[in-house]
Amino acid sequence: MIKRNVYLDHSATTPTDPRVLEAMMPYFSEQYGNASSVHSYGRQAERAIEDARQTIANILNCQPTEIVFTSGGSESDNLAIRGCAMVARAAGKGNHLITTPVEHPAVTRTVQQLVDYSGFISTILPVDEVGQVTPESLESAVRDDTILASIVYANNEIGTLSPLSQLSLITRQYRIAFHTDAVQAGGQMTLNVEELGVDMLSLSAHKFYGPKGIGLLYVRDGIDLIPSQSGGSHERGRRAGTQNTPGIVGMAKALELAYSEHASRIAHFSTMRDQLIDGILSSTSHSHLSGHLTDRLPSHASFVFDGVDGNKLLMHLDMKGIAASSGSACKTGNPEPSGVLLALGYDRETALSSLRLTVGTHTTHEDIDYAVKSISESVEALRKLNSTVLH
Amino acid sequence: MTTNDKRVVVAMSGGVDSSVAAALLVEQGYEVIGMMMRLWSDEAMGGAEHNRCCTPAQMADAERIANHLNIPFYVLDTKDVFRATVVEYFINGHRQGITPNPCMECNRHIRFDYLLNNALALDADYLATGHYARIHQSENGLFQLKRGLDDNKDQSYVLSVMGQDQLSKTLFPVGEYPKQEVRALAAKFGLNVESKKDSQDLCFLGHNDYRDFLQVHAPEIMEPGPIVFRDGTQIGEHSGLANYTIGQRKGLGVSYKDPLYVIAMNPYRNALIVGTREQLGRDELTASRFNWVSGQAPVGESFAAQVKIRYKAKAQPAKVTVLSDSEIHVHFDEPQRDITPGQGAVVYDGEVCLGGGIIQPFANPSD
Repeated sequence: MIKRNVYLDHSATTPTDPRVLEAMMPYFSEQYGNASSVHSYGRQAERAIEDARQTIANILNCQPTEIVFTSGGSESDNLAIRGCAMVARAAGKGNHLITTPVEHPAVTRTVQQLVDYSGFISTILPVDEVGQVTPESLESAVRDDTILASIVYANNEIGTLSPLSQLSLITRQYRIAFHTDAVQAGGQMTLNVEELGVDMLSLSAHKFYGPKGIGLLYVRDGIDLIPSQSGGSHERGRRAGTQNTPGIVGMAKALELAYSEHASRIAHFSTMRDQLIDGILSSTSHSHLSGHLTDRLPSHASFVFDGVDGNKLLMHLDMKGIAASSGSACKTGNPEPSGVLLALGYDRETALSSLRLTVGTHTTHEDIDYAVKSISESVEALRKLNSTVLH
Repeated sequence: MTTNDKRVVVAMSGGVDSSVAAALLVEQGYEVIGMMMRLWSDEAMGGAEHNRCCTPAQMADAERIANHLNIPFYVLDTKDVFRATVVEYFINGHRQGITPNPCMECNRHIRFDYLLNNALALDADYLATGHYARIHQSENGLFQLKRGLDDNKDQSYVLSVMGQDQLSKTLFPVGEYPKQEVRALAAKFGLNVESKKDSQDLCFLGHNDYRDFLQVHAPEIMEPGPIVFRDGTQIGEHSGLANYTIGQRKGLGVSYKDPLYVIAMNPYRNALIVGTREQLGRDELTASRFNWVSGQAPVGESFAAQVKIRYKAKAQPAKVTVLSDSEIHVHFDEPQRDITPGQGAVVYDGEVCLGGGIIQPFANPSD
């Protein structure tokens, strides 16, 4: 087999689309004004930002004023949860937060910090063996003092989609603010906030062929939040700091492309993903798909392999030119089993054996063939290693 | 086949020697992969949050150097196997009243077994380390382990556990250089590690003293007991056998007309045996678990050689008699003051290391 470089880690990040880069370019050295300035340079930047906001609002089916630009998904999650929780409590609405065990750390740790340092109380909903929560369990967790539920749209490790439009029936009924981390779903799943019924939604541009360092939080009109980062009155007082004009323009362009080319992208992703899943399950013994078989991101395939250390598997695949990731991935040799897989009921050893492969617009059949063969070889090599060394 | 076709995994620690080893291999044209082992430490003990060999700072250094050399860098989780072999061996040795050498055990089970096999599984042709020793293939095809060129830094003592299979797949790039030159090479390669200190003490202790470590992990051997002469006469009380080493004079807390030295320990009676300077010396030892680098034990033979009984000791002339595949008897030309059960007895023929074993407890500790 001839070595080739195959990037199958599009859930980590994607390359910036050249068309996006082209749209951004004028805003570095030509139209470099600060959107807050009163002069013509400032107006130029402000116009670009407000055009971008409108483009994005059209895709989210919301008002432009409901969009807050941030530095990315983690900041958006922080702003949504901390900002909303603080205001709701100050208004005497309560103290109780609801979330799930399959959230990104930006959600999990923000909630935990509110519990540890600010006197909030949290309920972590149970998930089933594919990582979904049910409307019934959400409803049974609701209390009189519940102010916010934060439930991921698509989990990054296992790709499972949450039934947001069903869950939001509950949050609306009980008048609870509903936030979703849509960072993995952005560019692939609908972001129509009316269909989804969410009140806040986090996105990050680099997950859908936009630039790094830019994201947004959709905040439904009527939801009050205090800024995580205080300062000037940018973004209607919800996020201080000079706006990132090229990033905002790039994100809008990337999102526009993702949804104008949506049908063909999704068809391509699904084809590649299914070839990958079929290939691995049929060629590699004792391999299992994790997450939901069909309710999953079109780009996302995730597996566990009996008796294989996920970190070593990444090492072996890297040597073969394949970029992948694992739920227990750790650059410091101190892997912890994936918390997501443990929450799904996997045992510790299995939760250390995961592999995530996420396809992209440039992934080819040849890439998938090569990856399937390489993974099968590496898994067998590692099982053989296990039997020869002390462990 | 040129070096360009050969893949080498280099064990990196972020220190001077392994960093220069990696840089030399890159310069020589190998396909180099940097790998660091994450070893065990007792994170519950204060001051031991990290194994000293793999602190975040060491890891950051190793990764920075790998980036600088433009080679892949991975950290291998070695905690459990290290705990189960090296650390257990250390604790159990002390339980038996010996002074174990965990570095030899680490080379036996971790570096040249666990790590080597992980490297080979990555299709590497060699494992390289930053040790000061040399490997030479003689005309008959056998691999010889030779002292490092820098006699002060020579590490063949702790490598004496290696066999032919391992030597044939190992490279010691800095073994050909004096330490000073290695530091100069670090500067030349722009590694920015040339002024780092050499590592000392046992890595898994972190910043703890080994006695504090044993107090936590084997409290039963830190029990006070009698200090006795060879004939059993008690002269004082000791604070726990692991607090003492053979040849120790200071800190015994007993008074006698002549200076007294620790000459042996009896773990079964928890007794520390002391004696005068004349009683300290021994001129013989038995070493077991003896590894012959050549893979062949010349059973029944007796020959003149030089034997090293501590990492930092000089090799001393002796007559070596091969008792069995795994056991030798050593008779030194001159009595040695600090023959310590548990340490290695490593046999040399000039600069060639023939092999090494573990010094056995003396047949009769009170003798």
